[in-house]
Amino acid sequence: MIVARLALQSLLNRWITVLLTVLAISVSVVLLLGVEKVRSGAKDSFAGTVSGADVVIGARSGAMQLLLYSVFRIGNATNNVTWRSYQDIVSRAEVAWAIPLSLGDSHRGFRVIGTTLDYFEHLQYRGGQTLKFAAGTPFDDLFDVVLGSDVASRLGYSIGDKITVTHSAGSFGPRHDDLPFRVSGILARTGTPVDKSLHVSLKAIEAIHVDWRSGSRIPGQVTPADRLRQMSLPPKAITAAIIGLKARLQVIGFQRAVNEYRAEPLSAVLPGVALQEMWGLVATAETALLGVSAMVVVTSMLGLSAMILSTLNERRREIAILRSLGARPRTVAGLLVGEATVLTVAGIAIGMATLYAVLVVARPIVDKEFGIDIGIQPPSATDALLLLAISIGGMAAGFLPAYRAYRMSLADGMMVRT
Amino acid sequence: MNAQRPTDAVSLRSVEFKWNARDAFGLSVGEFAVSRGERLLLLGASGSGKSTLLSLLTGIALAQAGSLEILGQRLDALGSSGRDRFRAEHFGIIFQMFNLLPYGDVIDNVLLPLSFAPARRTRATAAGGAEGEARRLLSALGLPADIGRRTAATLSVGQQQRVATARALIGSPEIIVADEPTSALDDDRQQNFLDLLFGQVDATNATLIMVSHDRRLARHFTRVIELTDILAPSQREGAAT
Repeated sequence: MIVARLALQSLLNRWITVLLTVLAISVSVVLLLGVEKVRSGAKDSFAGTVSGADVVIGARSGAMQLLLYSVFRIGNATNNVTWRSYQDIVSRAEVAWAIPLSLGDSHRGFRVIGTTLDYFEHLQYRGGQTLKFAAGTPFDDLFDVVLGSDVASRLGYSIGDKITVTHSAGSFGPRHDDLPFRVSGILARTGTPVDKSLHVSLKAIEAIHVDWRSGSRIPGQVTPADRLRQMSLPPKAITAAIIGLKARLQVIGFQRAVNEYRAEPLSAVLPGVALQEMWGLVATAETALLGVSAMVVVTSMLGLSAMILSTLNERRREIAILRSLGARPRTVAGLLVGEATVLTVAGIAIGMATLYAVLVVARPIVDKEFGIDIGIQPPSATDALLLLAISIGGMAAGFLPAYRAYRMSLADGMMVRT
Repeated sequence: MNAQRPTDAVSLRSVEFKWNARDAFGLSVGEFAVSRGERLLLLGASGSGKSTLLSLLTGIALAQAGSLEILGQRLDALGSSGRDRFRAEHFGIIFQMFNLLPYGDVIDNVLLPLSFAPARRTRATAAGGAEGEARRLLSALGLPADIGRRTAATLSVGQQQRVATARALIGSPEIIVADEPTSALDDDRQQNFLDLLFGQVDATNATLIMVSHDRRLARHFTRVIELTDILAPSQREGAAT
C-alpha cells in the first residue's frame, strides 16, 4: 500500500517526462484504433449502400466499375443499355422490382439521375431502410426534381425552388438553362450517395436532350416546355439498373442470363461480390496502414523503455533505500515493470478517450465530406485484443529497465552511490 | 568454530569476501563479534571497507567463505530473499544522508520498512497503531507534530536524519546500523542527534553498530573498534569500499 503510493508519488515527481510518454502511447493507440475504425466504417458504409440490391446490370464492363458508377456514383459509364433490352430483362419472372438509372447530367457538381418512381419505393440502404421524404413529394410533373439531403442543405434549396441542369458531370458544362426544374421533394439523410444526387424522371432526361445532338445544342432549335410535356418521349437508353429478385437463390441464374444476353453485351454484378473484390484490391494498402500504426505503437513502447531506463541513474538512491529496508531485487524490478504497465494503461485510457472524442467531432465532417459514416460503437473484440497486446507490450517495455535495476541493486548493495 | 555465544547479536569468523571474482580487492575478517545491547563504534577512514562490511552484516552481500551469524541465524543458510526478509525484520539502517524518498511524505517514509517486515508491523501496531507509533517516534526525536504530512524533500538535512532514524527504529528491530549518520550535521546538532538516538535505542534495548571516521564520537559508545583491527592482516592494504 505504502510502496504503491510511494511509487505513484515517484511518478508524479517526474510528471513531465511521464506525461509525454503517456501521451506518446495514447497517440499511438488513437492511430491504431482510429485506422481500424475508419476502415470498418468505410466498409460498413459501402456495404450499407448496396443493401437490398440483388443484381446491378449495365453495359458490359468490369464488375467494380459498374458498381462504382451505378451505385456509388464514382466514375462514368462506358456505354448504355438500350431501353428495349432493359424492358426485356426486367420482364423476366425472377424480377421483383427494378430501378433504371440514367446518368450523365449534373447540377453544380452533384449528379442528376434519371429514374422512375420505383427508386423511392424500392431502393434500400443500411439494413433494409427505404428512402423517406424530409419534405415534399416524388416527381410528378416532367420538370420536377427530388433532391438528396446534402444537395438541398449544401446549396440551400427548398421546395418550389427553380434549378437548371448542366450537361455532363462537370460544373461548367453547357447548361440546359432554358428548361428549369422545380424542386418537388427533398429526401431524408441516408449517409449514402443518394444524399448527393438529384432525381428526375427518365422522360425529363429525354426532354432536356430533345434539342441536343452529340453533346451540343442544335442551333436555333428551342422546344418550349409545354410542348415537351405533351410529347411522348420514350426513353431510348439507360445507364444501369438496380434489380431486386423474388428469391435470392435465383441470383446466379439471373446473372448468367444477363451476361449471356444475345441482343446486346451486358454485365450483371452481385454488389456484395463486387465489393469483396474491391476490398481485395485495397487490402495491401490497409495492411500497410495497419503496419505503420503498429510501428508507431512499437516506437512509443521503445520510448517508454528508454524513459524508464534514463531515470534509473537518478533513482539509484531510491532503489538502494528500498533495498536497505528489505525490498527484494524482485520487488524493485516489479516496481519498474508495474510502472511501465501503469503508464501504458494510462496511455490506453487517454488514447481511448481521445479517440472517441475525435470520432464524435469528426463523424459529421467525415460523413459530409466522404459519405462515410464511422459508427461510434463500443470497442470491438479486435480492439480489445489490440489493447491487450499494447498492454503486454508496455509491460514488456518495463523488463529491460527492470532487469538493469535488478542487476544494479544486486551490485550496489546497500550503498547509496551517487 | 561453532561455539558462538547466544548473547551475540553479530558474530563473524574467517569471512572472505570479494564483490566479484575478478576484483583485486576484497574483505577478509578474522574474528568479530558484537553482544546484544552493545553500542559499538567502528572507526575507519573512507575506503577502508566499512560499507562492504555493513553489506555483509545486513545480508545484502554474501561472503564466499567463513561463518557469519546474526542473532543466532547463519546468513548463508538463507536464500537471497530470505536474507532480504531477515534484514527487513531485524535491522534498522541509517545512512549518512539523503536517506529518504524525497517525494514521499514523512509518515510514509517512516512506515515504509513495515511493508517488508510483518513482525515489525505487528509490534508497531501493538504499540499503538503503526501511524501512531510513527508519530510518537518523530516527536520523541524532537520533530514538530505537524511534520507528518510534509514531503521529505522540504525538510532540512537535520530533520531528514531524524526522520530516517524514526524509520530505522519503527517496529523495534534488534540491530540498528548507522553509517556515518552525523557527518552531515554540525557539532551541536550532532550531539543532540546522538542523545536522541541513544535514548530510543535504550528504550527498545537494541544493539547499535555505528560506523564513522570521527574519533570524537568514541566517548558515547560502550566499545570502540578500529576497522583495521578486525580485518585480516593480508587485507589491510587497499580493501574495497
